[in-house]
Amino acid sequence: MSWLRSITKPGVFTRSKKDVKANVWVKCPSCGDMLYRKDLAANLNICTNCGHHHRISVQARLAYLCDEGTTQEVSVPAPKVDPLKFKDRKSYADRLKDAKKASDGEDAFKVVIGDVDGVTTVLCLLDFAFMAGSMGTYVGEAIVKAAQTAKEKNLPLVLVPASGGARMQEGILSLMQMARTTAAILDLKDAGLPYLVLLTDPTTGGVTASFAMQGDVLMAEPGALIGFAGPRVIQQTIGETLPEGFQTAEYLKDHGMVDMVTGRHQQKAEIAKIFKILTKA
Amino acid sequence: MAAEHFLDFEAPLQDLKTRMTEMRKLEGSKEGELPIKDLEEELNRLHIKEKSVMRRLYRNLTPWQKVQVSRHPNRPHAKDYIRHLITDFVPLAGDRLYAEDEAMQSGIGKFLGKSVVVLGIEKGKNTADRVKHNFGMPKPEGYRKAQRLMDMAEKFGLPVVTFVDTPGAFPGVEAEERGQSEAIASCIEKLLTLNVPVVSVVTGEGGSGGALAVAVADKVLMLEHSIYSVISPEGCASILWRDARSASTAAQALKLTSTDLKKLGIIDGIIKEPVGGAQRDYTLTMKRVSAEIAKCLNEIEKAGASKQSRRAKFIALTRLNDN
Ligand SMILES: [Zn+2]
Repeated sequence: MSWLRSITKPGVFTRSKKDVKANVWVKCPSCGDMLYRKDLAANLNICTNCGHHHRISVQARLAYLCDEGTTQEVSVPAPKVDPLKFKDRKSYADRLKDAKKASDGEDAFKVVIGDVDGVTTVLCLLDFAFMAGSMGTYVGEAIVKAAQTAKEKNLPLVLVPASGGARMQEGILSLMQMARTTAAILDLKDAGLPYLVLLTDPTTGGVTASFAMQGDVLMAEPGALIGFAGPRVIQQTIGETLPEGFQTAEYLKDHGMVDMVTGRHQQKAEIAKIFKILTKA
Repeated sequence: MAAEHFLDFEAPLQDLKTRMTEMRKLEGSKEGELPIKDLEEELNRLHIKEKSVMRRLYRNLTPWQKVQVSRHPNRPHAKDYIRHLITDFVPLAGDRLYAEDEAMQSGIGKFLGKSVVVLGIEKGKNTADRVKHNFGMPKPEGYRKAQRLMDMAEKFGLPVVTFVDTPGAFPGVEAEERGQSEAIASCIEKLLTLNVPVVSVVTGEGGSGGALAVAVADKVLMLEHSIYSVISPEGCASILWRDARSASTAAQALKLTSTDLKKLGIIDGIIKEPVGGAQRDYTLTMKRVSAEIAKCLNEIEKAGASKQSRRAKFIALTRLNDN
């Protein structure tokens, strides 16, 4: 089918331009250990010393979530670029150009069809490396497309948000993505197809307050920051001191807001198991 | 109505008002230099001038000035709209899960003789009132109460009318603990599952997700000088310009006025405000808002409201032509 094309050959996922340039050593922000980048990558970017989940590229995440060689990219129709002709200290058009150069995506998302432990699934991942994974019209379109593709093909949907929230440079249009994505996901839910959200670091703002909290199952990655208002906003506007571990995945689980906190090595098998149970497969 | 409050750009109006007040005092004391007849003529002249200055100021409001007008303390708030437009109003309290949220006014009543469910975000009028309504920032319980009332609307086949005026959902520790994002997400979801008509009116400040949560409607209207934005201009300025003083520049860039939103196809109609803003003439404002809501409800009923049509409307939003 024309809208399907192979993403890339298996095995080259972890070697993006950025990885090559960066230092061979990484300091773990959690335990302070110096980690050899290759070891870190081999362990799915989880600290070999303390288990801290470092951020991971979209490509590397797809590589561990999907069975090798099964992913096919779903293309997303491009919306109007820079609809507001937005300019702050720098123009949005230039910011987009820079972001595209720094990543290999058209915007802050990747939509694929792939097998998760043998279960064919539509996956939509947000790319934090692209303008902090912020949700504008293109990202909204990607989520709509992912939900509609899952519905058409009778497949479950996994969404992996990693986003600072709405993309301010698209103003009110970015806010509307909260309603658009919700509408598309409701159509999928009405069709009786399972929808799982894998919440990763960070997931905040309008993304959290829409599709990211609507999963039949909410799985969160250990230590991930998940919330509506950012911790700085809360501190500034309210002057409250924040409790220990505030807005972490574990904190959300304790408060009944997510179903489970699942490490990277277990996610794939868990997702497949959940989908098999829900679809009585 | 409270004492007249002037915004900074209304300085010429305030000057005129001060002069008029002083002249009236003179008139009362009979000690003025001018004969009473001349005083009255001068007062008349100033009164006419006031009207024309007001007309001129309000015809060309900048986005930042509109932000100020939308937040004007004397502007009609949710409770005013409910009091003027809804008869037999029965307030309904509580989310049945945790608490009552006074920021989210809610209840049932009659609009032009027809039964409706009403939701309105209320900012409050004076300091004590503002604290009581949490400055119009609902907490999760507010959004959960809203969902409870939406369910009621669906069960009894009643249209939902919402009045939107909020700086945003409450950003606090307890709101996060109780799932502010889930509450907003579920509110949006609920509005997209109703099969009854939904009309929303942004009356003042449409602040981000906290506003959208009760504005996913078949018809979304904005008062002429209200605003609707993904982030406050101050918030946007401090992030993108790294300077909150650039708020007026941010207000311009964000395209948050009613005319901008209409052009972008995000809203369905603009309700014209009286000269000098809704805060200067409640009666005329209410009359116009009432007429527009009635018109919208009629149109929706004719076209038939359904979750499918509402979902289709929102999925089609922001798909701008060319390119
Ligand atoms: Zn570590």
